[in-house]
Amino acid sequence: MTQTATSHVIGQPLDRTDGPLKTTGGARYAAEFRPAGLCHAVMVLSTIPAGRIVALDTAAPEASPGVLLVLSHRNAPSLPKHGDAAFDPPAGRVLSLLQDDDVHYNRQPIAVVVADSFEHAVAAAALVHAQYERASPALDFQRERAHAHTPKDVNHAPPDKRWGDVAAGERVAEVRVDAIYTTPMQTHNPLEPHATVADWQNGKLTVYDATQYVSGVRDALAKTLGMAADDVRVVSPFVGGGFGCKGSTWSHVVLAAMAARQVGRPVKLVVDRTQMFGPVGGRPHTRQRVALGARRDGTLTSIRHELVAQTSQIEDWTEPSAVVSRMMYACPNGATSHRLVKLNIGTPTFQRAPGEASGNFALEVAMDELAVSLHVDPVALRLRNYAEREPATGKSFSSKHLRECYAQAAERFGWSRRTGAPRSMRDGNTLVGYGMATASYPAHRMAASARAVLQPDGTFVVQSGSQDIGTGTYTVMTQVAAETLGVPPAHVHFELGDTRLPPAPVSGGSMSAASVGPAVQAACRQLRERLVSLAVADATSPVHGSPSSAVTIDDGWMIVRDNPSRRETLAAFAARHRQPLEASAEAKPGDAKERYALHSFGAVFAEVRVDPELGVIRVPRVVAAYDIGRPLNLKTARSQMQGGIVWGVGFALLEETLLELRSGRIANANLAEYHVPVNADIQSIDVLFVDHPDYAFNPLGIRGIGEIGITGVPAALANAIHHATGRRLRDLPITLDKLL
Amino acid sequence: MDANRLTAEGHARRRFLLGTASLGVVAHTPSLFAAEDAPLVASAHVERGALAPVRLQVNGRDYMLSLEPRVTLLDALREYIGLTGTKKGCDRGQCGACTVLVNDRRINACLALAIAHQGDRIRTVEGLAPHGALHAVQAAFVERDGFQCGYCTPGQICSAVAMLQEARSDTISAATQDVRQRGPIALTDAEIRERMSGNLCRCGAYVGIVAAVRDAATRST
Amino acid sequence: MRAFDYVRAERIDDALTALAEGNTRCLAGGTNLLDLMKGDVEQPARLVDITHLPLAGIEPLPDGGLRIGALVPNSDLANDRRIRERYPLLAQALVSGASPQLRNMATVGGNLLQRTRCHYFVDVGFDACNKRKPGSGCTALEGPNRIHAILGASNRCIAVHPSDMCVALAALDAVVETQSRGGARRIAMHDFHRLPGTTPQRDTELRHDELVTAVTLPPSPFAEHSRYLKVRDRASYAFALVSVAAALDLDGDRVRDARIVLGGVAHKPWRARDAEHALVGHALDDATLSAAGAAATHGARPYHDNAFKVTLAQRAVVRAIREGART
Repeated sequence: MTQTATSHVIGQPLDRTDGPLKTTGGARYAAEFRPAGLCHAVMVLSTIPAGRIVALDTAAPEASPGVLLVLSHRNAPSLPKHGDAAFDPPAGRVLSLLQDDDVHYNRQPIAVVVADSFEHAVAAAALVHAQYERASPALDFQRERAHAHTPKDVNHAPPDKRWGDVAAGERVAEVRVDAIYTTPMQTHNPLEPHATVADWQNGKLTVYDATQYVSGVRDALAKTLGMAADDVRVVSPFVGGGFGCKGSTWSHVVLAAMAARQVGRPVKLVVDRTQMFGPVGGRPHTRQRVALGARRDGTLTSIRHELVAQTSQIEDWTEPSAVVSRMMYACPNGATSHRLVKLNIGTPTFQRAPGEASGNFALEVAMDELAVSLHVDPVALRLRNYAEREPATGKSFSSKHLRECYAQAAERFGWSRRTGAPRSMRDGNTLVGYGMATASYPAHRMAASARAVLQPDGTFVVQSGSQDIGTGTYTVMTQVAAETLGVPPAHVHFELGDTRLPPAPVSGGSMSAASVGPAVQAACRQLRERLVSLAVADATSPVHGSPSSAVTIDDGWMIVRDNPSRRETLAAFAARHRQPLEASAEAKPGDAKERYALHSFGAVFAEVRVDPELGVIRVPRVVAAYDIGRPLNLKTARSQMQGGIVWGVGFALLEETLLELRSGRIANANLAEYHVPVNADIQSIDVLFVDHPDYAFNPLGIRGIGEIGITGVPAALANAIHHATGRRLRDLPITLDKLL
Repeated sequence: MDANRLTAEGHARRRFLLGTASLGVVAHTPSLFAAEDAPLVASAHVERGALAPVRLQVNGRDYMLSLEPRVTLLDALREYIGLTGTKKGCDRGQCGACTVLVNDRRINACLALAIAHQGDRIRTVEGLAPHGALHAVQAAFVERDGFQCGYCTPGQICSAVAMLQEARSDTISAATQDVRQRGPIALTDAEIRERMSGNLCRCGAYVGIVAAVRDAATRST
Repeated sequence: MRAFDYVRAERIDDALTALAEGNTRCLAGGTNLLDLMKGDVEQPARLVDITHLPLAGIEPLPDGGLRIGALVPNSDLANDRRIRERYPLLAQALVSGASPQLRNMATVGGNLLQRTRCHYFVDVGFDACNKRKPGSGCTALEGPNRIHAILGASNRCIAVHPSDMCVALAALDAVVETQSRGGARRIAMHDFHRLPGTTPQRDTELRHDELVTAVTLPPSPFAEHSRYLKVRDRASYAFALVSVAAALDLDGDRVRDARIVLGGVAHKPWRARDAEHALVGHALDDATLSAAGAAATHGARPYHDNAFKVTLAQRAVVRAIREGART
């Protein structure tokens, strides 16, 4: 026994606790639950962008073998408030629940076919034919931009924000950069498609759902269907990636429940890959103007960041791209704004680092352009404008160590080898470019709760109704619990993904660990104190009679600190206590948000190699250093950052959802022509952490890491491409044709 | 009527005998198999809509199913046998999540018909380490954190197992500099990346995947 | 997927009989056919499973060439020692296509009959596609058409053929062998695929009752100097934006004979005869190379998103010749 065996579990690069299950096929995802009598549902989607359904031929599908139900606006039950009773993003969205014959976008659900087998359901769905009365759609962003409007808010922030006097700042500027940057529509494409299994028993509904937010789905279902929340249970132990699209309860979830109720059998509805391009969100196209003014020495005097993005006809959802300019650089004068263009498309939604990923691209390329104009090193320009306080609010940061990020990443990358002029670095015929950008993402936290239970064998079950969408929640919460309880991680079994567990927030906005971690810590701390006080009062315990403060738990032993020979295992202790001992706790954010600006930061350095004739771009290496508070698990944290960087590579070079402008239908609605990075697109990714716990933010000193990894990468790559080629490309993705 | 011809009407009796609708695993005991008097290989002719007896050998075990010819190998595994380790990501051969080994070769189970794979040796992620311990590739994926959400992982692992065998057989890839060369082809990181590119990982765990495959290659030689 | 009759062919005659009855597709690797059936693009009444036919061998021919059975999987073909040494161009093309899993499944015959990846062909939710629904129009003419044709297209269809293998086969003067109940045919690779013209629904010269049984390769003078260059958006597992099969027969630095075939630019593998003429008889200097590059796209007609393919094709031709000459 070592006294400190379990006192430093947090942070260790523990293998994922769910690794054996995931690598052997034992992890069960939503579509793999099979209540008795399960039948299969397939959605039928619209093929026009705007209009009305005037005729729907359901006779053929209804007569098709094995068909149990064809649900459409003609026979769907009326829902409270026309199906909109749950509207409250992220969980509740404006859905398409067959309440009327209107079509607002292409690939809108217009019917659901339920059959006794998947094959029967798919075949029958192909027989559902709709006749439409077409309305004139709004699809051309350029044309509709004239009718842009101001949204009510952007992710709880005001759409417009000004500080200082931006016009005055522009007047004193000696150098200006003023350009338009665009990012395309993108689609999340988690490898696991959305899937819902709905099972009604005696008026109560159990749903197995691929979701980032079990309690959000429960509440959305209950409100939409007009039920008590207690009568809905949502289960989601494993989720095959989310990245934002599974943070909301989309139409198919409710439709599965409606269909199951109607046929009186459990129903499984899997959204097929092509159906992922429309009714379940995506990142909207953005057009951003960034105008920077600076003095000759590089000091910023003004910053303007104006976003116009698209949204749907049925809901305003804003990509909050300009928000990043409110916090990034010390600039006394700023003006930021967000405008929306309504189109006949599916409503866009949160997609990995919504706002920051796209907004950072525009701001950080503009900064690179300013560095080029001033003939200064891009890192030096950023240090010149380093923000010690959040410029738009004047608040100090809870913890900010971005200078270290620049220094460490630059050193590891070999930034000093960079020669300044574009096209000045080559390897044979190949153009070499080095580029960098700052990364950032706000730190969010919400109330969360957890429960810890001592098992009769001396191990623990620790629970929170959170989710693990690949983010490592199972593993890192096991570590938080183990360290707090003083037991080896193997003695903790962490459970999540079920609304029967203590509630936790959405696994989105990089907030799960920072929200759930403190709740797990609090519950485990309470339970630990309770165990110790029971033991010292227990005459049969070797620690009996010691003051509680003199007893510790370490490596699964209860020990009198000053006399380690007085000890017993928790297993021995638990064996004497027949009743399960447990503690529950809720952890709330406190006033950190009012007192501080809460952000994570990073510095991303990238090398590109460009074939000067064919335009082919390769990314041999990315080096990034992050200030994300304290990493809970170095292995999973590094993986998550690397994954974010892979997303950044896709964002910069590959990904684009193509909208066909007459039909409003996404043209590349598949994984062959929507290009997510493949293994061969990714080479070396080196991730560093500057380890500074942020205890002003939460008692574990952690900030979330789900999104920051994607930020900075698109700009670093675009800047590296400029350095390699001399071509300033402001429209993503930078595909090879743009370099010819 | 051709004895080998199955019709939609004729299958009703089979369905009854097999005691289940099309949802469940039918049965896999040799006695029931014999009682059903099904041929060892595919029926020569199955009419549309009819169920045919389909015998699949998966992970060393025989499964006697009653399937329409249009049932894919992927759906046969997931929906009819209940082996859900093999994943459906795109159902169109564009992601690799459904990769399984058929006669030791990796294929996309979503683009294969179950009825056409009778008599083949099918291995899924569940069959790589049947006795509890992890297969070397599985262990390397855990150690190198070659996954996050885990959904592409069974396909990645099956793909890696086959890929290591392919590399030992000196097969070429698009990363091979000289396809005319004789003898061993070094399994460089570039070779691993290219040879694993048929398996998308949206979490972006490629660095860990390459490290895991590299480790497994070293350990198994 | 719609229901279909399933027929397992034990002999070639079984397959030919089934094909003769119409609305029948052959199931071999299934990689393209089942994909299209799932998308409702193909709706055959019957599948004839030909995977058990004895067409999976690669045999030497008396003239020194090879006969490749239609059921040889792409991966086996790429790794056949004779192919790697005598037809490295074909091996390179094969391994640049699809993914290892798909290459294990896909057959030579199926690859020949691969259908286009045009967005509007593969998605029946688009009303207009003359290839899928003759007379319905062509969405690609106005819609996003970055991946579409620059050569040989018509106002009915601007789709491109997606195969890599076929581009190499065209450069190697391969011949497609077919059988039907009416007899056997040999069709030169160059004539096998069609330009869209007014009948884009027909990809190839194959009749509905015919079965591809083999592809033959004549002895090749190009083994020493050839290169398949594929340019695509991703580093792997993506269809070509432009690909080039460059095959050279060199006499010192002079070009005795050459084949230049482009992929990703037309409804069929596009043999750039003008580029070949610019090469044959000339020394491989910069002037010859740039003349060949320019000649490769004679007659090109780009659409609004794909003008880059003209430049890219020219440069890719130069690069492929340069690299082919060096090998």
